[in-house]
Amino acid sequence: MQILQLKETVAFMNYRKFAMVFSALLMIAAIFSLATNKLNLGLDFTGGTLIEVGFEQAADLQKLRKLMLDNGQEDAKVQFYGSSRDVVIRLGLRDDVKAEMLGNEILSILENGTGQKVDMRRIEFVGASVGDDLAEQGGLAMLTALICILVYVAFRFEWRFAVGSVVALFHDVLLTLGLFSILELEFDLTVLAAILAVIGYSLNDTIVVSDRIRENFRKLREVLPADVINISLSQTLSRTFITSITTLLVLSALFFQGGALIHGFATALLFGVFVGTYSSIYVASLVALSLGVSREDLIPEVIEKEGAEQEEMLAP
Amino acid sequence: MLNRYPLWKTLMVAFIVALGALYATPNLYGEDPAVQVSGLRGVEANLTTLDTIKGHLSDNNINYDSIVLEKGQVLSRFKNTEDQLKARDVLDDNLGKQYSVALNLTPDTPTWLASIGGAPMKLGLDLSGGVSFLMEVNMKEAINKAKLGMVSDFRGDLRNEKIRYRSVKEVGDAIVVKFRKVEDLDKGQSLLKKRYRDLLLNTNEDTLTLSATMTEIKLKEIREYALQQNITIIRNRVNELGVAEPLVQRQGKKHIVIELPGVQDTAKAKEILNATATIEFRLVDTDGDLSAALNGRIPASSILLTDKDGKPSLLKKRIMLTGDHITDAKSGFDEYSRPQVNISLDSAGGSKMSNGTKSNIGKPMATVFIEYKPTGKRDAEGNIIFEKVQEVISVATIQARLGKSFRITGAGSPAEAHNLALLLRAGALIAPITIVEERTVGPTLGAENVQLGFQAIMLGFGLVFIFMIIYYRAFGIVANCALGANLVLIVGVMSMIPGATLTLPGMAGIVLTVGMAVDANVLIFERIREELREGKTIQQAIHQGYEAAFSTIIDANITTLIAALILFAVGTGPVKGFAVTLSIGILTSMFTSVVGSRTIVNAIWGGKNLKKLSI
Repeated sequence: MQILQLKETVAFMNYRKFAMVFSALLMIAAIFSLATNKLNLGLDFTGGTLIEVGFEQAADLQKLRKLMLDNGQEDAKVQFYGSSRDVVIRLGLRDDVKAEMLGNEILSILENGTGQKVDMRRIEFVGASVGDDLAEQGGLAMLTALICILVYVAFRFEWRFAVGSVVALFHDVLLTLGLFSILELEFDLTVLAAILAVIGYSLNDTIVVSDRIRENFRKLREVLPADVINISLSQTLSRTFITSITTLLVLSALFFQGGALIHGFATALLFGVFVGTYSSIYVASLVALSLGVSREDLIPEVIEKEGAEQEEMLAP
Repeated sequence: MLNRYPLWKTLMVAFIVALGALYATPNLYGEDPAVQVSGLRGVEANLTTLDTIKGHLSDNNINYDSIVLEKGQVLSRFKNTEDQLKARDVLDDNLGKQYSVALNLTPDTPTWLASIGGAPMKLGLDLSGGVSFLMEVNMKEAINKAKLGMVSDFRGDLRNEKIRYRSVKEVGDAIVVKFRKVEDLDKGQSLLKKRYRDLLLNTNEDTLTLSATMTEIKLKEIREYALQQNITIIRNRVNELGVAEPLVQRQGKKHIVIELPGVQDTAKAKEILNATATIEFRLVDTDGDLSAALNGRIPASSILLTDKDGKPSLLKKRIMLTGDHITDAKSGFDEYSRPQVNISLDSAGGSKMSNGTKSNIGKPMATVFIEYKPTGKRDAEGNIIFEKVQEVISVATIQARLGKSFRITGAGSPAEAHNLALLLRAGALIAPITIVEERTVGPTLGAENVQLGFQAIMLGFGLVFIFMIIYYRAFGIVANCALGANLVLIVGVMSMIPGATLTLPGMAGIVLTVGMAVDANVLIFERIREELREGKTIQQAIHQGYEAAFSTIIDANITTLIAALILFAVGTGPVKGFAVTLSIGILTSMFTSVVGSRTIVNAIWGGKNLKKLSI
């Protein structure tokens, strides 16, 4: 079977202006949303207390909210979690009560107030300092990942490809963050892990394409760089789609079957794989092309070239 | 010939996959309800304990499947949870406070598998249920205490050497000593310089001051010590909780992670973690009549205390010294290589000790460990009522007038000396700790997560399986075999690595690996198709397909591995779980999809004269 049989080369690079504008618009929208809407940071980053409980019958949120108010928990946010019998209650950081005792207190309020047996599913408490540490660590992790990858790709390919792939990664991460900001989805630690996995996936895609571009630059003489890229993209397109399909298949399995806890994670990856596929076709190779990648940059170095480089270095 | 593997290579691949499968099998067996008995405070369960436990169980007609002594713990397995709970209650009532009795689920791994190191994967708290705490050590307080100790040490040292000073004060990060004369300043400087090599001393002759600051190394040492000490104390307390397989681990520079699988009553756990302990030194009342005291006639100036074995001692009521003067306690050996404990006191403690012991040489002195244990009851205002538990941990004869540092010998075995040192340090907690993060997962949610994760893996696997067969036909089946082998290898490796735990995000990582692992095969197969289109022979196309795709696969996987390893390095808890499965998955998938699938392809199609390829 064959989904995409390209008889001839698709002139991807002819649409580069359109792709550039499209990506730029999306990125501006993401930045705008991140600046105004911010990220809906989860407990891991903000600190506070979260209690997930299971009721025997469908819960009445209005009643529960009133119950919280009556018991002096004004800042309690009560929401369904996954099903109408599962309820999550979020509380901010407190100075007065010992926060780590709060979870049990809420449980007893719920049990006394509803007269139902309440099943404690999970209680999480995160102190203020931990959240700050995490945000710092998370950002640091992302930055380290990007730098390490930049170095590796520069070492294995060429600096223009390295810049291209890092721009593509930045593009993917920014758009995924933007999606979470626009839809006001909760951003917690698992989502951060998902974003790093998106980096991994998108990079995988980009490397495959870059590898083919390098191969074709060496193989095809007298062909314009833009055409070499078009040929390479066409040749790898089939693979790009199939891998995206299999990955999207397993991710939908995770999205529909993985339960509420893993929802944010699956959402980030589903979206990330989409943009990752797009960016490996358009963003990475486009950046490399715009930076003026050419055949000479990719053919194996010959000995005379070392001398040439030295001359270059001597020039003012 | 093209596309033929030598026999040894085929066998090696088969061997590796079989090995993975072997170590993955323990996960297929269930778990037995068990009761675990372990000793507290350095006591180890031994053969006598084993017999006692057997005796208690058979006296109460409780049937057990097996009972073994292992690493100082006695583990008894039962047919059902009913027997398990009965056994727990019986043992808890009869064994006394030297042992902790905990419920446990022990994997039902067959003996031959266990003997080659086979064990099921460890489940994270989000899958097994339980509570985890992240505690932060207050380093500011640790350094403050060290500075306060130095102030009093300086005063003592200067006074002893008869160097006159105006004041010793803490100013910011430094300790400033003011002198009256330049000569005193010089003498003071040379004295302090000799005694405290890890301090930076600065003198100012105009203002007649000397300021001492701690070096970066010294500060680091203090922090490290505070962290280690807290970990030791928490470990001891956690052992008393009666939790099977608790985890106490440092995380970063000032945090401690505590994981208590299966614990639901977090309130009790927290109370015990927050309990305080102190040490007191008292003289033994040698004039009082011990047997009379045991009958209730205790002299007015004395108290009756027992040690952990229940042996009573009559002690003077007056406390010679309290534990907050202890700055350090280390176990070691004396000149006759008998175990001993070296104790250092601050200078106020030193002079108290010296006054208390000078007229009592030759008399016995007792060390009493005092712990405030929560009773679980609350008073009218809702505060937890603590019970003061006092226990004699050592009685030793005073050999000479004691000072700032002294030693206790006759503490018994090296293990006991080590333990005494630990308890003495516990009495002087340098830095307070606070709970900064707490996560409790109920047992229902844990079981649900396992089920959901498993379903997601199976569904994802099934979908990819079908897709690959439709798309690549015979080669699709080869890719699916590689994928199956990959799954088995991930589980096998996860079970083999002792530190790896499976979490819910970890399961997500496996799902993701399933989706991405076929990528390598897709790359190869697309390349083979391309080569075929270019008119190469079938054998050449297969060969070229694998060769050309190889470097691409390596590059693509190494970069993903970089991201996964960074995630592993900075991530904690669930994120780390994800990074672990992702990294393992990347490595195993490279093996199965490149070498594994090639083995099958070579065995079926390699070297044959083919007209058509089912790809």
